[in-house]
Amino acid sequence: MGSIDQREYGRRRSPESLRLSNTIFYAALSIIGGTYVLLIIAMLLADATFMVDETLHSVAQSPTPWQAALRENPVSTALADPKIRYSIWLSLISCTLAAVISLVVAVPMGYLLSRHQFPGKRLLDAVLDIPIVLPPLVVGLSLLILFQFPPFAWVNRTIVYQVPAVVIAQFSVACAFAVRTMKSTFDHIDPRCEQVAVTLGCSRAQAFGRVVLPEASRGMMTAFTLAWARALGEFGPLLIFAGATRMKTEVLSTSVFLEMNVGNIEGAVAVSLIMVTAAILVLVITRVWGVRDVTL
Amino acid sequence: MIVVENISVSAGEFVLSNISLKVSAGKYGVLMGKTGSGKTTILESILGLRDVTSGHIRLAGEEVTDLNPAVRGIGYVPQDGALFAHMSVRDHLAFALYVRHVDRKTIDERVHELSEMLHITSLLDRTPRGLSGGEKQRVALGRALSFQPRVLCLDEPLSALDTETRERMCELLSDVRKLTGVTTLHVTHNFDEADRLADCVFQLINGKIETSTTP
Repeated sequence: MGSIDQREYGRRRSPESLRLSNTIFYAALSIIGGTYVLLIIAMLLADATFMVDETLHSVAQSPTPWQAALRENPVSTALADPKIRYSIWLSLISCTLAAVISLVVAVPMGYLLSRHQFPGKRLLDAVLDIPIVLPPLVVGLSLLILFQFPPFAWVNRTIVYQVPAVVIAQFSVACAFAVRTMKSTFDHIDPRCEQVAVTLGCSRAQAFGRVVLPEASRGMMTAFTLAWARALGEFGPLLIFAGATRMKTEVLSTSVFLEMNVGNIEGAVAVSLIMVTAAILVLVITRVWGVRDVTL
Repeated sequence: MIVVENISVSAGEFVLSNISLKVSAGKYGVLMGKTGSGKTTILESILGLRDVTSGHIRLAGEEVTDLNPAVRGIGYVPQDGALFAHMSVRDHLAFALYVRHVDRKTIDERVHELSEMLHITSLLDRTPRGLSGGEKQRVALGRALSFQPRVLCLDEPLSALDTETRERMCELLSDVRKLTGVTTLHVTHNFDEADRLADCVFQLINGKIETSTTP
């Protein structure tokens, strides 16, 4: 009987070369990822620096520097402008309305998509992605065209280029994000819990209301804030469907556009900073109270 | 009494046909089989969570084959407990009674009685978060027994527990059975549980049931 050859095949790498290779691997990952993070932070820093520069400029020219710093920085100037104040109020109200309506639609839709199999489900899923992938201007144009046809045409005058158009344009995109969030929320809730509730004597609606909804509350919070933030950033559809009329259909994103158009960069940056603050607030709320692992 | 007569069930690609079993009133039946053999599918059919394509299911003499799970009156303890994350242990025990519009006083009495029987009195105001595996299963058992069901269905209730806890849960299950006299079907792949608890054992092998009765 011949003896078995037990020599190890090939050659082992040296521990040093392996360590070096691993270090290079992680360094490459960190550099690629880090560049993007730096870009985000640099953008925000640039806005802030621009603001500080402008403020210092006005401070230098004023005999009372502290008062000037408080009153004449671009944000205070913007806040003092009634047009901007109107735009802030309209943004707050329209975004909140759009987010509430989105949630009302997203909860049942997300639940159906998460729990039930029905004919055409894949098609419905794809249709829900349309507002996410469609160019924003096309959403606005499509809304505008839709309101040429009955029954929408009957209310054309009270909606198109009026305040309701702002909410509808914001809702039509924000809702798709809310639906995705709610579907993911319901996917993470064990369907066994509802089944147990049903065996305990609940109707489907009772099981949904008493067992599923309370567990989905964090997801609903996330869906609401995401829809709100999305509505706040909406611009393309608004421009086409609601117009950009000052003191009428002007929201914060429109303000940035209008200020830029008249060459008032300070004003545009100031309004942008107000929006950045709102967006950061939304992010904090989502991180603190919302679900963490939402996949869109 | 649980009577399953020639039922056929399909779950996707998986098909079980001509399954029959019978657990007499007040008896403890244990359904055994390998993982993936279809034990849970049979249990779900009895509970009404899965439609059967043919055959009959009768509980305490009543035909329930096409009945909604909510009106079958079966207490159900799933494998991982499936407790309601936002509810206190007290609310778990009271849940079925709220749904059934039982008056407040009776609910309080029943919650007290159940928590004594299952030794969970000290946990009443806690939520499932932070409860141990054994505690969770006792709460799930209490929730299932709360409305005094005529039938109790347990789906591998002890499989996630350590040996010592499993031992104590076995004792508790046999105590509960003595106290309530509820007809039980217990699904497991553990022979020890079957030896300790069963009046009759059903082995699900290659889609067929073999019944044996233990003395």
